[in-house]
Amino acid sequence: MAYVPLVLIAVVAGWFVAAYNRLVRLRNQIRNAWRQIDVQLTRRHDLIPNLVEVVKDYMSYEQETLAKVIEARGVAVGARGTAAQAKAENILTESLKSLFAVVENYPDLKANRNVASLQEELTGTENRISFARQYYNDSVMTYNNAIQAIPGNFVASLFHFGAETYFEADGRDREVPKAALR
Amino acid sequence: MSATGRMCPKCGAGNPPGADYCYLCQEPFAAPPMPFPGAAVALAPESAGAPALAGKPGGPPRPAARAIPMLLFTDAERRNVRMSVVLFLLLFGVFLLLGAAIGAAYGDVGRGLGLATVLFAILGGVAYSGGAGIVLSIHDAVEAGATEYPQLVNVVEEMKIAAGIPMPKVYVMPSQGMNAFAAGRRPEEACVAVTTGLLDRLSREELQGVIAHEMAHIKSRDTLYGVSAAVLVGAIALLSDMFLRGTLFGRGPRSSGEGRSGGGRGNAAFLVPGILLALLAPLAAKILQMSISREREYHADAAAAGFTRNPMGLASALAKITANGAQVPGENRGTQHLFLVNPLKDFGPDASALMSTHPPTALRIQRLKAMAGIAERG
Repeated sequence: MAYVPLVLIAVVAGWFVAAYNRLVRLRNQIRNAWRQIDVQLTRRHDLIPNLVEVVKDYMSYEQETLAKVIEARGVAVGARGTAAQAKAENILTESLKSLFAVVENYPDLKANRNVASLQEELTGTENRISFARQYYNDSVMTYNNAIQAIPGNFVASLFHFGAETYFEADGRDREVPKAALR
Repeated sequence: MSATGRMCPKCGAGNPPGADYCYLCQEPFAAPPMPFPGAAVALAPESAGAPALAGKPGGPPRPAARAIPMLLFTDAERRNVRMSVVLFLLLFGVFLLLGAAIGAAYGDVGRGLGLATVLFAILGGVAYSGGAGIVLSIHDAVEAGATEYPQLVNVVEEMKIAAGIPMPKVYVMPSQGMNAFAAGRRPEEACVAVTTGLLDRLSREELQGVIAHEMAHIKSRDTLYGVSAAVLVGAIALLSDMFLRGTLFGRGPRSSGEGRSGGGRGNAAFLVPGILLALLAPLAAKILQMSISREREYHADAAAAGFTRNPMGLASALAKITANGAQVPGENRGTQHLFLVNPLKDFGPDASALMSTHPPTALRIQRLKAMAGIAERG
């Protein structure tokens, strides 16, 4: 009977270690998820020159659209700071959308195998970016749940695990669902 | 009719009161007894213009009319996880109970449990060491390169990012049937395979739903789940068999040492329950195993909706598969549980639910649609 308190202490200590390690794991997952977004953004930057190279001969009358894409890419590559980067990436996304809208008007361009495969690559990259952001937000949610719910909040406050912030879409995108709810 | 609920006449599952079809096998129930007979009459004047309708009160109800309450994929996921854990513990409980009962029949509970554990360890070891390679070769799967299947590889990469798992190996199976499976005990050594028929007929969005479902299996280690359940079922069957044949400890209870009437160490009181348990346990275990398998499918569907945030992609893929067939090369009973849709069974509403590896496809589609009802607002 004398070792009952010892066993209890060991169990509580074991739980503490497990809870602490879980929080560390979740926090590192968030950081990794954040880098994953950057990886995918870089991938998009690298793909765009190829796309422009293939498309430009066909699109002699659309130099303006192309120029916008190239310019937006340049700004996005050079952007520093989270807010500036997010803004530049959004502009780049828009310019790519208008480029592909224009491609629809050129049947022989659409039929070009290089263009088709590049388009698939870019679709894939756009999706990867948004899924990476989604995974980041999912990770933040799991982590925030873990540090705010009982009993994790106890360990979190003891070792100063703070809440992480979500990746937010720019305000314009958020207004639509709000209107739909009313 | 009791007030607590109704039992399905087809599969025997208990249903909540007021259910008008079985939650498990979708068998429609006969109309429940009307508390107020007048209520039925009151409706009659409205349908007076259509006597033909009123003349067929017991017509087959249409599945589309059945409503499932709106479903949030996170809630669905949590509930499925809880269900599979409970079912798995039940299965393990059956296993231990059988071991203990057999031990008790021979007078030593500890020895029975010990034998059960050893058996479990041996079978588990054998099952664990057999890798995904066998499954891939059975189904003629060949590795898919990014140059030949750019879209497939891209979609797998996207979904692996959404699921937050390492990139699995991607394989293609030559078949006109539409199906897919994932294998591998750990996410680090997982693989996913799809048929060429699936690639030909699905849109990018639908393919994304299918791949997301497979990623969910990989992320939640369902292969390991399945192997553990199968090992338990196998161990239970083996234990029962050994016990019933009386080859367990010598030639049978009390065949050595003490005399038949001496009482001895063996306990005759446990013999009858032991035999009964040995007869029933394999069946119960099989039913539990199949429930786990179905629960994992629902879970993967819900998780796929979470990864893509688009339940309708997978829903529409499942509908296409139902219309086109899900056959795969080398299909067999040993691997049927791995697939997106069971390649051997036709999952119409009449598919036998209790022993199925997968839930009825129509019901899966319905649940996904219920998730979309919420997702569209978000």
